Formats: sequence, structure tokens, C-alpha cells
Amino acid sequence: MILSDYVAAVLLLVGVFFFLAGTVGLVRFPDVYTRLHALTKSDNVGLGFVVMGLAVEAESWFVVGKLLLIWMLVLLAGASVAHLIARGATQRGVRMWTD
Amino acid sequence: MDRLTLVLWIFDSVTGLGLLLLAGWALASPQLFRGIILFVAFSLMMSIAWVRIDAPDVALAEIAIGAGLTGALLLAALSRLGDSEPTQESMNRPIERSYRARTFRSLTASLLAAVAVALVFLILALPGDSEGLGAEVAASLDASGVSSPVTAVLLNFRGYDTLLELLVLLLALLGVWSLGGLPAQPVSPAVLVLDTLARILIPVLLLSSAYLLWAGTHAPGGAFQAGAVLGAAGVLLSLAGWQVRQRYTGVTLRLLLIAGPSLFLAFALYTIVAGQSLLEYPPQRAGVMIVLLEVAATLSIGTTLAALFVAEGPRNKEGQ
Repeated sequence: MILSDYVAAVLLLVGVFFFLAGTVGLVRFPDVYTRLHALTKSDNVGLGFVVMGLAVEAESWFVVGKLLLIWMLVLLAGASVAHLIARGATQRGVRMWTD
Repeated sequence: MDRLTLVLWIFDSVTGLGLLLLAGWALASPQLFRGIILFVAFSLMMSIAWVRIDAPDVALAEIAIGAGLTGALLLAALSRLGDSEPTQESMNRPIERSYRARTFRSLTASLLAAVAVALVFLILALPGDSEGLGAEVAASLDASGVSSPVTAVLLNFRGYDTLLELLVLLLALLGVWSLGGLPAQPVSPAVLVLDTLARILIPVLLLSSAYLLWAGTHAPGGAFQAGAVLGAAGVLLSLAGWQVRQRYTGVTLRLLLIAGPSLFLAFALYTIVAGQSLLEYPPQRAGVMIVLLEVAATLSIGTTLAALFVAEGPRNKEGQ
């Protein structure tokens, strides 16, 4: 393995950690709002690290561009859909969790 | 067994088991909403399985039509069913079924079990080391007019199948319309975020659709995938509250719907009149004919899928 392989591996592992944390949050958190909070972190940041890890190993700048484009589309869709779900929940009177 | 084989073996086992579990859960779920979400998850996993066995064309179709549009159609249907979801109380009550219902259920179950057993026997009876038709397709690829073997099969060698698929899709929409369509969804107040998202994504979707269509001649892609993305654009527009002007929902809409099937039929007639067999394109013109067919089919598939989602009668239609 050369240096870039190690860098890619570390970035991918950090990404996987965010996905794992997001999944744990989705399963363990008490209401829809907190679950969305956990989920969007893993989608946005976790995928960001995975994309960076893959970009380090990419064959060409063209591939890097494609990867970044995918990340940006997921950012856009993820943030908007999370907002729409939370909005729908509020309108249906889903209460926020209080301790 | 070396390390990579082991990893792939674990991956395949997880995917296979996950597919079975998701399918079982989706079918057994008493709540329809949960069932739909599980079905979408099943579709996503299925497309991963297709990618794993090097079938990106099928994976694209599965993700666009199976997970995306079918999921949207099912959710739209659910929202029109009203409050028929079982409550906690009704779910705990034991279900009483009539004698007839029980007989019907056991008959269906035995029929399905028989089909499953027959399928298993058929699969076991298949020759394990068969080459398939891949070599034959590759040998006659030059005469097909395109360089992607999948497109060559779909639109040239087995064009007949694709023609019938297009007609089935059209028939489904006619079925919905002949029921008088469905009442219009109550127009919800415009959501700024959804509207902005639609404004950003629609050009991207149109571009992807055009790319998939263009790529279809030499790489994974093609009319069905491009049409599904186009249909998704229509669904998104309809969700964001956009409506098509009344004057486009008459002849224009109908022309778009039948563009693919009728061009297909025209080519079929042309090939018969020209003295060849049905849909046997002359090799020197096959490329152009396939591209024309794909463009028309994409438009028709996209319009049909969006119209299915909107599901209103033709006179009062929004969407695409």
C-alpha cells in the first residue's frame, strides 16, 4: 500500500463511522425530529468522507468531478427531504420529545 | 478461499438474505405505509444485487422504476385510500375470516407453493455451464446498428417484446382513465423548499434523461431508464404543485402518449411491406431507426408514468 491508500482508508473509515452513528441514532432516538437530525448528519458528512476517500483513489479528475456532483445532489435532496418530513410531522401535530 | 472471495461471499449472503427478509416483511406488514417503505428498500437492495452481478442496465431500471416511480405510485394510491390504516386496537383483535375467505387463502397459498416448487425444479434443471445467448448477440452486433448489446436485444433482436411492453404501459394508463380517473388531490399550499428543490432538480433530471437516452446506444441506459427519469421529473413537478395548462392536456398529451408505440408499429409495418420479417430493420438504417424509436419511446414512457402518478382523468390533468 502507498500513502494515498492509507489516506483513502482513513477517510472511508471516518465516513463509515458517521453512517454507523447515524444509524444508531435512527434506531435509538425518541422522536422523528431527533432521528432526522441523526440521519442527515450521516448522509451529509458521512457521504462527504466516503466521497473524499474515493476521490483520493480516483483514476482521473473527471471521476472526482462526478463523485462531487453525486455528493452535492445527495446534500440537496437529503436536506430538502428532511425538512419536508419534519414539516409534515409538525403539521400532523407530532409532538417534539421532551425529557 | 482468499480474502476477496470471502468478502464477496459475505456480501452476497447479506444481500440475498436481506432481499428475502425485506420481501417477507413487506408482504406481512399489516400497515400499508410500512409495507410500501419496505418494498422500496427491497427494490434498492435488488438494484445492488443487479450491480453485483454486472447488470447495470437492469439495476438502473430497477432503481428508477421499482424503487422510485412504483414507490411514488404506491404512496399516492395510499394517500387516496384515506384513513383505512389499522389502528393498534384493530391489529390486536383476532381476525375472523369466513369459510370462503379461508378456502381462498389456502388455495392461493398452495398454488403459490406449487409455482415456487416448479421454479426451483426448473432452475435446478438448467444446464449449469450454459454460455447463454451472449456469444450469438455479440456475433450479430454489427448488424444491429448499435454497439450496446442490451439495446441491440431490446430494440432490434427482440424489438417485438419492447413494443408489447410499451403497449402494456399505455394500457395501464387507459385502465386508470377508463375508471374515470381519480379526483384531484387537494392543492396544498406551495412549500418553498420543495419548489426550490424542483426548480434546481428539473433541469438536472432532464439532462440525465437525455444522457441516459444518448448513452443507450453504446453503454448502459436506454429508453426505459430515460423515460423513468423523465417521469420522475413529472412526479416532482406535480408534487411541487405545478400544473400543465389545459390546452396541452388534449391532443398534445395524447400524441406524446402514443408516440413510442405508434412509431414502433409504423416501423413494424414498414419492415413487412419492405419484404422482411416483422421488425427486421435493414442493417444500414438500423442505427437511425433505433435512435428514433428510443426518442419516441422515452417521451411516451415518461409521459405515461407521470400521467399514471397524477391519475386524474384526461380532461382535467396536471403533471407532465
